[in-house]
Amino acid sequence: MIYNEEFETLPREALEALQLKRLRQVVQRVYHTVGFYRKAFDDAGVKPDDVRSLPDLQRLPFTTKQDLRDNYPFGLFAVPMSSIVRLHASSGTTGRATVVGYTKRDIEHWSELMARCFVAAGLTKNDIIHNAYGYGLFTGGLGAHYGAERLGASVIPMSGGNTKRQIMILQDFGPTAICCTPSYALNLAEQGESMGVDMRSLQLRVGIFGAEPWSDEMRDQIEDALDIQAMNIYGLSEVMGPGVAMECTEGRQGMHVFEDHFLAEIIDPATGEVLPPGEKGELVFTTLTKEAFPLVRYRTRDVTRLIPDPCRCGRSHLRMDRVMGRSDDMLIIRGVNVFPSQIEAVLVGIEGLEPHYQLLVEREGTLDTLEVQVEVGEEAFSNADEVKVLQRTERRIVKDLKDYLGISAKVKLVEPKSLQRFEGKASRVIDKRKI
Amino acid sequence: MKVEQISVFLENKPGVLEAVTKALKEANINIRTLSLADTTDFGILRLIVNDVAATSAILKEKGFRVSRTTVVAVEVPDRPGGLHSILEALAGEAINIEYLYAYVEKSGENAVIIFRYDNPDRAIEVLQKKGFSVLSGEKLYSM
Repeated sequence: MIYNEEFETLPREALEALQLKRLRQVVQRVYHTVGFYRKAFDDAGVKPDDVRSLPDLQRLPFTTKQDLRDNYPFGLFAVPMSSIVRLHASSGTTGRATVVGYTKRDIEHWSELMARCFVAAGLTKNDIIHNAYGYGLFTGGLGAHYGAERLGASVIPMSGGNTKRQIMILQDFGPTAICCTPSYALNLAEQGESMGVDMRSLQLRVGIFGAEPWSDEMRDQIEDALDIQAMNIYGLSEVMGPGVAMECTEGRQGMHVFEDHFLAEIIDPATGEVLPPGEKGELVFTTLTKEAFPLVRYRTRDVTRLIPDPCRCGRSHLRMDRVMGRSDDMLIIRGVNVFPSQIEAVLVGIEGLEPHYQLLVEREGTLDTLEVQVEVGEEAFSNADEVKVLQRTERRIVKDLKDYLGISAKVKLVEPKSLQRFEGKASRVIDKRKI
Repeated sequence: MKVEQISVFLENKPGVLEAVTKALKEANINIRTLSLADTTDFGILRLIVNDVAATSAILKEKGFRVSRTTVVAVEVPDRPGGLHSILEALAGEAINIEYLYAYVEKSGENAVIIFRYDNPDRAIEVLQKKGFSVLSGEKLYSM
C-alpha cells in the first residue's frame, strides 16, 4: 500500500525535475538566510546559481556534525524563531548537543512522511499503534506519534521504559503495531515471557523498528518471539527524525528514501568523492523541503549503499540498504547516540578523575551495556582512602552520564595507567557486541 | 600521637595484591599489620609499615595510587571486653569510626586496634583523658 501514490510513484524523470527545482530553491535560501552556508559556499567558490543540474550538487561543500555543534543552538536556522513551532535536540552537554527546529509546514511534512512509513509497513487507520519510542527532546516519540495521527490510526503514546507496564498495555489495549528499537522489542518479548505472558498471541502484527543498527538474524528472532512482521525504518534528527526512509512490505529489501524530500548521496568517507550507484560508503543527505533547518550535503557518518534497482512495490524512490556501520566513533547504546567525546566531557567535569578512560560496550541478552572505566586521580585518592568516597565518585559519574547524555552506564574505577595509552588518535572503545 | 597509614587503590583483579607485596619485599619493607576493604570493582589496601615514606615512594614509583592517611592506634589488654572498653569510652562523644582493624602484639598480652576516626584529634583527647594507651607512630612502626 502507498500513502501518497502521486509523489511516491512519480516517474524518475519527473521526480528528478522536482528534486532539481527544490534543490535550487534550498541552495538560494540557505545562501541568503544562513551565514554559515554563505561563508561555506563563498569559501568553496560556488554561487547558488551554479547549481543547474542535480550533479552540480557535488560542487557544494559538506556540512558536518561539528558544524551543527559550532552553531549551537540556533545558528543554522533559516527562519526566525517566531516561525518555529517545535525544537528537538540530541543528547549532549552544552555545545555538544545538536538542536533542530521545525516550522508548522516542516511538522506537516514530517507527519506525512511518517504516515507513508506506516502505510508502507501495511498499517491503516484501523490499526492501534503502541509507540514506545521515547517522547521528549528525542525525535522518535513525537515523530512517530504525529505520523500515526496523520494516518488516522489510534496511537498509544507509551514512550520508553517501564517494561512491565508496557506488557500490560500490550495485553489490555491490544495494539496491532509497535514502534521501538529492535533491541527493546526483544527485551519486551523476554520480559513478557518471564511474566508468563504468551507474547506470540498478542494482537500485534507489525513492528516498526529503528534508531539502532540491527541484522536479519535479529529480525528473525523478533518475528519469531512476537509473531509479527518486523519492518526497518531509518531517520536521524538532524535530517528530520524517523521517517527519512522506510522498508515496504512488498520488497523488504532496503528502505525507500523519500526522494521528493531528501537527496541522498553515497561518498567515500576518506576523500569525499561521490561513489557510483550501488557502492558502499557514507550516506549524505540534502533536505529539499525543510524550512526551519535545511541541510546541504550533511554527512550522516552512517555507512550503507543505495540500491538503484526498481522495487516491486511500485515506488520510484530508490532504496538504501541497512546501515552497516559508522564512519566515525559514534556509539548507539539502546537507541541513544553518544560519542566518546561527550562521555569525556562529562568525566572532565568531575573532580578527581584522570582524563584516561575506556568504554566497554557489550550486549547482555538483548540489551546493550556500557561500562565506563576511568582511572582514579591522585588528588582524589590522597584526600580520602575510604570506600564511600570512591563510591560517591562512581555514583556521580553514573548520574551525570544519565543527566547529560541520557545513557545508563556502569562505572568502574581503575588503577592509574592500567588503561592503554595512545599516540595520536585514541581508540577508547571496545565494542564486543555482535549485531 | 597519630599514626600514618599507607592506603593503596587496587582494582579487583588477579595479581594486583601480589604486585604490591612484591614491591615491598624487594624494598625490604616490613608490614606491621594490614587490612583490605573490598567492593565489587575495587579494593583499598591499608598498611602499617616500618617505613612510611619509603613505602609511599616505592609504590608510587610502581604506578599505584597511594595515599597517606592519619589513623589512631590504641593498645588494650588482649582479653574479653578490650575493644568494647574503647568504644564505650567514645560513645556519646559524636565521634564516628570510618573503619578499624587490629592485631595482637608479639608478647601476646596486648592487642593494638587501628582506628580511622572522622575527628582523630578529638578521639585521642578523649581516649587519653580516660586512661587509654594511644601509641605514637614511631613506637608502632618499630614494634
